[in-house]
Amino acid sequence: MTVVIGFEGSANKIGIGIIRDGEVLSNPRRTYITPPGQGFMPSDTARHHRAVILTVLKEALDQAGLKPEDIDCVAYTKGPGMGAPLVTTALVARTVAQLWGKPLLGVNHCIGHIEMGRLITKANNPTVLYVSGGNTQVIAYSERRYRIFGETIDIAVGNCLDRFARVIKISNDPSPGYNIEQMAKKGSQYVELPYTVKGMDVSFSGILSYIEEAAHKMLSSGQCTAEDLCFSLQETLFSMLVEITERAMAHCGSQEVLIVGGVGCNLRLQEMMEVMCKERGAKLFATDER
Amino acid sequence: MAVPELLSKAELIKQGAEARVYRVQFLGKPAIVKERFPKRYRHPVLDEKLTHRRAVQEVRSILRCRRAGISAPVVYFVDYTSNCIFMEEILGSSTVRDYITSTQQSDSCQEQKLEQLAERIGQVLAKMHDEDVIHGDLTTSNVLLRHGQEDKVSDLVLIDFGLSYISALPEDKGVDLYVLEKAFLSTHPNTEALFQKLLKSYTLSSKKSSAVIKKLDEVRLRGRKRSMVG
Repeated sequence: MTVVIGFEGSANKIGIGIIRDGEVLSNPRRTYITPPGQGFMPSDTARHHRAVILTVLKEALDQAGLKPEDIDCVAYTKGPGMGAPLVTTALVARTVAQLWGKPLLGVNHCIGHIEMGRLITKANNPTVLYVSGGNTQVIAYSERRYRIFGETIDIAVGNCLDRFARVIKISNDPSPGYNIEQMAKKGSQYVELPYTVKGMDVSFSGILSYIEEAAHKMLSSGQCTAEDLCFSLQETLFSMLVEITERAMAHCGSQEVLIVGGVGCNLRLQEMMEVMCKERGAKLFATDER
Repeated sequence: MAVPELLSKAELIKQGAEARVYRVQFLGKPAIVKERFPKRYRHPVLDEKLTHRRAVQEVRSILRCRRAGISAPVVYFVDYTSNCIFMEEILGSSTVRDYITSTQQSDSCQEQKLEQLAERIGQVLAKMHDEDVIHGDLTTSNVLLRHGQEDKVSDLVLIDFGLSYISALPEDKGVDLYVLEKAFLSTHPNTEALFQKLLKSYTLSSKKSSAVIKKLDEVRLRGRKRSMVG
């Protein structure tokens, strides 16, 4: 029974997990939350991770009831992600691997998400929508590799949502995306926003610059509420994501969809994807914030 | 007969991501009907706007291409209330995608055949972009090879103009080629050299190509390869 400890710190969350043969023994994490209106900068994030990582490591071992000798392998996120926090995490993982005399494994962050999703949901060969603050890709497995069939040609959808949150000063606690989701539930008026799908790719910087400029005008003129904006933004962004996923499914002839990544926790996105899947006779697998 | 009634009796050929395609007879001609049905996952206002816009853009772009001498299906009739387009059925054709896959599997002079194909596609796309038509969804499934007589060369027919629009900007043309490059390389692994041939042919055939290729290079560097600063 192989026991692996994994270190993940590619963005503002630092998490350390221990798994034994597919069973999660412990999974503690910390999130670096900035005040409303501010995003997280690489050096500050790295500083946050440095301050807490050893505490989280101890928690991981204690919660799993294991000692360093019980670990068989050390894994860490090698990339992609933000440079400074990645380096911090890699350094600790490397040091720990050398101290304990265990083999070290660098993991591709995106593939990590996909494999986690497949493990938890038991999806077989799905079309994967990977959406987070740093990534937005539609991936399918073909000829022995994961291949990207569609993606954002500029920023990630989570990044678009986070930056919109900053514009109207939505709290970053627990995460801006979560707060946008809650506000969107109270919105009712649909405000027309730019919709940009290019083949199997999407583009979010256009809708972001539009809403950054228009938000204050619309709010101060009383044309709509902040909740309406959250609602409209979600409906538009998620429609774009569902559309490119559907295109990839049609292209690959796939009958399964797996959503992974932080934005995948959004229940509205899951709901919309479910409707699309039902119409095609496909099955949806979604993950949660674990 | 109203369009929905006609379709309920028609033969459904396929259901793509965007629309359902039926086979019908239109005024005695073999035709297909492309029906853009409402997507229930979308907000109704957004859905109606998008569906209508795409039907209109598709017809507009097809007409523009045909006027410039680029092969695309003849449009017979459009019903804007149900967002259905009645157009020519391209008989005796296969997609470039299937052609590439089957040619790769057979041994006889596959490289030469594929290179010729790539060159011709480059030429057609150059002509389309010179007309300022942006296809918007270039994939190897959206280019058909219409087989002619035994000794005549097959005709290249462009289809699926749902995401198309008119633009003179090199940026938009560059993105159009980028979309094709991604679709090409992900569907047909190990064809990088073939796609380069396509781009070379495009560069030689188009009068405005250098700005477009420059933009293509720029677009390739965006997204995943950008530096991550929140």
